[in-house]
Amino acid sequence: MLTLQFIPNSEIASLDQEAKLKRLMSLIKNDRILVLEGGLSSDEEMLLIQRTMEQINKEFRGIEICTVSHEKKKAELGTMIKETLLKAFGYKSGLTIIGPASIVKEIRRDPTKIELLTVNKRNKKR
Amino acid sequence: MPNPFKNFLDFFLKVFTNKRHVKIGLYGPTNSGKSTLANRITKDWLGEEMSSVSRIPHETREIITKEKITAEQNGKKLTFNLVDTPGIATKIDYEDFLKYKMSVKEARERAKEATKGVIESIKWLDSMDCVVVVLDSTINPYSQVNITIIGNLAARKIPVLIAANKVDLKRADIKKVEAAFPQYKTVGISAEYGQNMDDFYKMLFKVVK
Repeated sequence: MLTLQFIPNSEIASLDQEAKLKRLMSLIKNDRILVLEGGLSSDEEMLLIQRTMEQINKEFRGIEICTVSHEKKKAELGTMIKETLLKAFGYKSGLTIIGPASIVKEIRRDPTKIELLTVNKRNKKR
Repeated sequence: MPNPFKNFLDFFLKVFTNKRHVKIGLYGPTNSGKSTLANRITKDWLGEEMSSVSRIPHETREIITKEKITAEQNGKKLTFNLVDTPGIATKIDYEDFLKYKMSVKEARERAKEATKGVIESIKWLDSMDCVVVVLDSTINPYSQVNITIIGNLAARKIPVLIAANKVDLKRADIKKVEAAFPQYKTVGISAEYGQNMDDFYKMLFKVVK
């Protein structure tokens, strides 16, 4: 059975970077596929990869991750004002999907779609 | 984290002696051809190779540096230190190495070293003056590892050149790489066969200067 857990931005926004990563790692290692509202920054993603590498062992083989964010380049003035106001009220656009590599085989992203492929455990020899 | 003393020393050498050379890092996912490109560059300008290459992922598990490489382009010279880094990955499964006829012990050891290599690559990112992101042009470029590497370089304001490698292969699609990262200069190369290296050096000179 797959467990998808949605994490609203309000739940982790008040945490510092280390506490946030610790919480995410703990959930991932408990076989949860996380959907993070607001998404992670590229800096946080790099730190998450670092923490993942530090914790890899026989049981935990790593993560699959995918962040989707808005295309900022072509934003019109109205959209920019709207986004600035939303940001001021604590809303973050975009989302990040993270799952343990033992469950999520691959997250495929073409610009227009995201596909999450899971590991077929029946075919996997362990 | 960057070493403040080293940063000060680099700054001092740069300003007062002009002896600090530009540090160019080769970054990218595993098996994209970073070490093959490193060897191509050092063969072109020093006549020798610097890294071992293999089709088995995570062949480079430690940072390898070659110092004082002087390249020439249209009468201009560029002296740099080249840093070949272990490929960045989000997962490392020792069982993947068993396919390459390794023993379980060897596979586990390689996986352990590979995780340390990824951490080292990330730690060295801050000390780079310029980064060549080496991507396999036969593979979909929209992977999170590629996006994360490039996002971090952009956040640090480190100049980037994208080398779309393996253009000698039929499935190579440089346009897809260009479309994925339109804000950066992309050059299609075959590091293995030395294809389009003149254009690569031309672009590298532009990006570094």
